[in-house]
Amino acid sequence: MIGAGKIKQYANVLDKPLSRGRQEVSLSAFAFLFSELVQYNQTRVDNIAELERRLEDAGYAVGARVLELLCHREKGNRRETRLLGILSFVHSTVWKVLFGKVADSLEKGTEHEDEYMISEKELLVNRFISIPKDMGTFNCGAFVAGIVKGVLDGAGFPAVVTAHFVPVEGQHRPRTTILIKFAEEVLQREARLG
Amino acid sequence: MANTACFIIVGRNDIPIYEAEVGSAPKKEEAAHQHQFILHAALDIVQDLAWTTSAMFLKAVERFNDLVVSVHVTAGHTRLMLLHDSCNEDGIKSFFQEVHELYIKILLNPLYLSGSRIISSHFDTKVRALARKYL
Repeated sequence: MIGAGKIKQYANVLDKPLSRGRQEVSLSAFAFLFSELVQYNQTRVDNIAELERRLEDAGYAVGARVLELLCHREKGNRRETRLLGILSFVHSTVWKVLFGKVADSLEKGTEHEDEYMISEKELLVNRFISIPKDMGTFNCGAFVAGIVKGVLDGAGFPAVVTAHFVPVEGQHRPRTTILIKFAEEVLQREARLG
Repeated sequence: MANTACFIIVGRNDIPIYEAEVGSAPKKEEAAHQHQFILHAALDIVQDLAWTTSAMFLKAVERFNDLVVSVHVTAGHTRLMLLHDSCNEDGIKSFFQEVHELYIKILLNPLYLSGSRIISSHFDTKVRALARKYL
């Protein structure tokens, strides 16, 4: 069995101390597992939107857990109550733990007040993925969008989060942008908190 | 240990996911109902208060006769609420911190659905042991 004998065995997860998060997993192992996740869901849906929704749901469960764990471990039990605070938490803390680096950029949408974008030149989950022509605008980044949604929703900032490919001039591969559109109540609360 | 104490964990959708009467006083059914009622009433105050600070431990948020409600709000807006009659704030803070850690371990279990009841007997035993230690 892999890892047997190396890790101390505990009878119950509650006895085991929380991980300090220093371990890394092999990229190829992760890519293989993720590819299986996509293929598994692909056989169970009729259309692209449904497939994206299923990947998003899978990510959501990750996000909700990551929020609770990281606020405890990395932030010393502080909660995020402000919009910019939670966005930079996603952009820096969450990205760093999940992908080993902070996200390439965090921008505010120019057209709408309630939109923010996190962009990544080469999103980890998309590194070994090319989308067939017949699948249109499908983006496996939906999984990461789900993670972001899980974090934001859990912290009390409900938002619609979607992943898009954005072509970059002079580059062969497009970058992935995670578009975050906050619910109205979030902006109202922000205005109230001043 | 406190005479009367009632501890509950309320999920983010306002549904209790764990309850325990941890006081040393003899259990009375109508008292248990009253405790739940007081804790339930405090939820509104917690909702407003939670956005005014980034701390998780909100200290005492409400009083009812000689009973006090202390609350700890986690990052995911799960509320740990304790109804008690002693005022050992440090003990309560440590109690919340340790239970919070246990809750995270439960949450990290992929088979546990966020917001569903915590039925682990191991969790129950540990919470009661922590209550004896700190309250």
